[in-house]
Amino acid sequence: MEALDTLLLSRIQFAANISFHILFPTITIALGWVLLFFRLRFAWTADEKWMAAYRFWVKIFALSFAMGVVSGITMSFQFGTNWPGFMETVGNIAGPLLAYEVLTAFFLEAAFVGIMLFGFSRVPGWLHITATALVAFGTTLSTFWIIVLNSWMHTPQGYEIVDGVAFATSWWDIIFNPSMPYRFAHMMLASFLTVAFLVAGVSAFRWILGERSREVRAMLKTGVTIAALLIPVQIYMGDMHGLNTLEYQPQKVAAMEGNWETGPNVPLLLFALPDEEARENRFEIGVPSGASVILKHKPEGVVPGLNDFVAEDGTPQHPPVMQVFWSFRVMVGTGMAMLALSWTALAYMWLRRDRHEGRVAGHKLAVEGLPKPLLWALVPMAFSGWVATLAGWYTTEIGRQPWLVQGVMTTEMAVAEVPAPMVMGTLIAYLAVYATLLIAYVGVIAYLARKAARGRDAGADSMSHSGKAQVAALTPAE
Amino acid sequence: MFPDFSNPADWLPWAFASLMGLSILVYVVLDGFDLGVGILFPLADRGEQDRMIGSIGPFWDANETWLVLAVGLLLVAFPMAHGMILSQLYLPVFAMLIGLILRGVAFEFRAKARDRHKALWNRLFFVGSLTTALAQGFMLGLYIMGLVRTQDTYFFAALTGIFLAVGYSFIGATWLVHKTTGPLQAKALGWARLSLWGVVSGIAAVSLTTPLVSDRILAKWFSFPEILWLAPLPLLSAALIAAIWIMLRRMPFAGDRHNWLPFAASSVLFALAYVGLAYSFYPFVVPEQLTIYEAAAAPESLMIILVGACFVVPVILGYSVLAYVIFRGKATELRYE
Repeated sequence: MEALDTLLLSRIQFAANISFHILFPTITIALGWVLLFFRLRFAWTADEKWMAAYRFWVKIFALSFAMGVVSGITMSFQFGTNWPGFMETVGNIAGPLLAYEVLTAFFLEAAFVGIMLFGFSRVPGWLHITATALVAFGTTLSTFWIIVLNSWMHTPQGYEIVDGVAFATSWWDIIFNPSMPYRFAHMMLASFLTVAFLVAGVSAFRWILGERSREVRAMLKTGVTIAALLIPVQIYMGDMHGLNTLEYQPQKVAAMEGNWETGPNVPLLLFALPDEEARENRFEIGVPSGASVILKHKPEGVVPGLNDFVAEDGTPQHPPVMQVFWSFRVMVGTGMAMLALSWTALAYMWLRRDRHEGRVAGHKLAVEGLPKPLLWALVPMAFSGWVATLAGWYTTEIGRQPWLVQGVMTTEMAVAEVPAPMVMGTLIAYLAVYATLLIAYVGVIAYLARKAARGRDAGADSMSHSGKAQVAALTPAE
Repeated sequence: MFPDFSNPADWLPWAFASLMGLSILVYVVLDGFDLGVGILFPLADRGEQDRMIGSIGPFWDANETWLVLAVGLLLVAFPMAHGMILSQLYLPVFAMLIGLILRGVAFEFRAKARDRHKALWNRLFFVGSLTTALAQGFMLGLYIMGLVRTQDTYFFAALTGIFLAVGYSFIGATWLVHKTTGPLQAKALGWARLSLWGVVSGIAAVSLTTPLVSDRILAKWFSFPEILWLAPLPLLSAALIAAIWIMLRRMPFAGDRHNWLPFAASSVLFALAYVGLAYSFYPFVVPEQLTIYEAAAAPESLMIILVGACFVVPVILGYSVLAYVIFRGKATELRYE
C-alpha cells in the first residue's frame, strides 16, 4: 500500500474534517442574519408568524452551531497533530490571524448564543435582538478572519522568509491580499444561498405534508426570494473570482478548464475525462472557444495550459486535473440548477399570486402558485448549497496543490511523521462518527419539520398561546 | 520567576505563557463543571436530567471556547511546542476530540430528536463527557511524566485520567448544589462528598509524583528560602478541603443560603493545584525539553496578538459574566423563549 502513505492519509483526514466542519458554518453564517431578519420583522409587525419562524429555525441554528463548534475544535488540534510544519513555517502570519478569529469572533458567538437561544423571556426585547445581531455579526467576522488566512495561502504577500521561516512585513498587505475580497464575497454568498435553499426546501416539505400556516408561507417566500436574488450575484462573483485566479494561480484555471496546451480558441468543456498519464482528455464534449470567451472575453483569447507547469524532470507542478476539473463542474452545475429552480419558483408564485387562499389584497407572491413538481424539486435542493460549497472548496483547495502556501511551502513539507496505520485508524473512526452525525442531523431536521407540520410545535401552537407561547423546547416529550 | 520587562523577547513569551495558563485554568474550572455534570448524568432520573442539562445549557458553548483559546495560544505563541506536544499525544487528543464531539452534539440532539432516540443521545452525552475527561487527565499524566511513553508512565497517566474525571464530577456536583434544589440538590451533595476524596487523592498523587520525576522540580520546591514562599500553597489547600468537607456535611443551610460556596471553594482549590503544577514546570512548555523562550514565535507577531488581546479579553470576560448573570438562579428545564 505504497500509495496510502502518511501524507495522503493525513490529507484525506484533514479534508474529511474540514469538509464536515464547513457544512455547519455555511449554515450558521447566513442563518444568523436570517434569524435576525425574522426577529426584527416580529419586533416591527408584532405578527406571530415571524416569531414562529424564528423559533423553528433557532433550533436548527443551535444544532448547527454545536456541530460547528465541536468540529472546529477538532480543526485547531489537527494543525498540531498532523501538520506541525505549517505553523513552524508560517506561524508568524497564520498565528495572529487565527488568534484574532478566536478572540474577536468565536467568543462573541459562543457567549451570546446562550442568550439568543434561551433568553427570550429572560431579557428585554432589545437585548434579545442585540444578542441575535451579535451572533450573526460574530459568525461573519469569524468567516472574515478564516478567509483572510485561507486566501493568504493562495495569494501570499506582505511577508519575508528568513532562515526558512515567514515573518510579516505588512499586515495590511497580508489581510488585504489580492484574492481575499473575492473569496470572502463568494463564501458569504454561498452561505446565504445554502440557507435560502434550506429554508425553502424545509418549508416546501412542510407544505407538502399539508401545513398551510402563515409562517410556512412566509418562510417559503423568504427562502425562494433570497435565492432568486442572490444566485445571479453569486454567478457574477464566481466569474470575478475566476479571473482573479487566472491572474495569480493560472495552473488552477488550466486544471479547471482541463486545458493542456496554452493557446487561443480554447473550448469550454462540458464533459471530459482528463488523463494525466497521457496528458490529454478523453471523450471531450465542448463548446468551441467557450473557455477563451469566458476568461478573456474574446474567441482568440489565450488560455494557459497545464503543460506549462511541468518541471524539467517531468514532475507536474500543477494540481491533480481530474478532481479539480470535476469539482468545478459539480459546483457550476449545482449553481445552474439553483438559478433555474429559484427563478421558476419565483415566477410561478408571482404570476399566480391571485391563487392565494385568503385572497387578501396586496399579496405579491402566492405559495399556491407553485406546481407540485416544483415543490417536490425544492425538497432535495434543501442541501444543494452544501454540494456547491464543498465542490467549490475542493476546486480551490485541490487546485492549490502541490502547494500548501502558494510558492512558499508544499503540503508535503508540513506533514507530521505519524505512523500511517495510526492516521488510517483515526481516519476511519472520524469518518464513522461524521457519517452517523450527518445522518442524525438531516434526520432531526426532517423530524422537526414533520412535527411542525403536524402543528405540535411552534406553528399552530404559538398562535393559540399568543404572547407568551409555551413552545415545546429542549424536552418535547415532557 | 519574573522576566525582564525592558526586553520584549523576554517578557512577551512570559506574558503569553501566563495568558495561556490562565485560559487553561478557566477552561478546567468552567468546562470542568459541565463535563462533570455529564459524567454524573446517569446517576439522576429523567426529570432531574433535564434540569441538569438546564443548569449548563446556556454556558457550555462559551466554556469550551476557552479550550480553543488555550490551544490557539499554544499554536500561535509557541508553534514549536504545539507540534511537539500534540504529535506526541496523537491518540489521547483524538479520543478527547471524539468525546467533545459526541457530548456537544448529543446535548443538542437529545432535545430535538424523537423520543425513542433520546435515551441513546443521553448515553452518548455521558460517554462523550467521560471520554473527554479521561483523555484530558491522561494527557496531563503523560505531560507530568515529561511526555515519556513507557508502561509505567502509561499507568500513571491512566491514574490521572481517572482522578481528573472524578475531579470534574466533584466540581460538577458543587455546581449542581448551587443550581438545583430539593432531592436533586441532596443527591448532588452526596456526589460531592464522595468525589471529594477522589480529588484529595488525585492532588496528593500528583503532588508527590511530580518532584520524584524530575530533580529540577524537586529542587524548586524543597530548597530554602523558596519553601517558605511555597508553604501556604499546600496549607491553604488543606484548609480549603477541610472547609469544603464541613460545608458539604451540613448543607443545605437554612433557606438554601450560601449554596454557591462549595463551587467557589472548589474553583479556588483547582486554581491552587494548578498554580502548583505551573510553578513546577515553569519555564518549560515541553517538560525538560523546550522552554517558553525557545518555543516562542517572533516578538513582532506576538505583539500584534497581545495588543488585540488587551482590548478583547476584558470584553470577553465582561460578556461572559453577563451571560452568567442573566442565567443566574436555580436551573429550570430549558426553553427556547
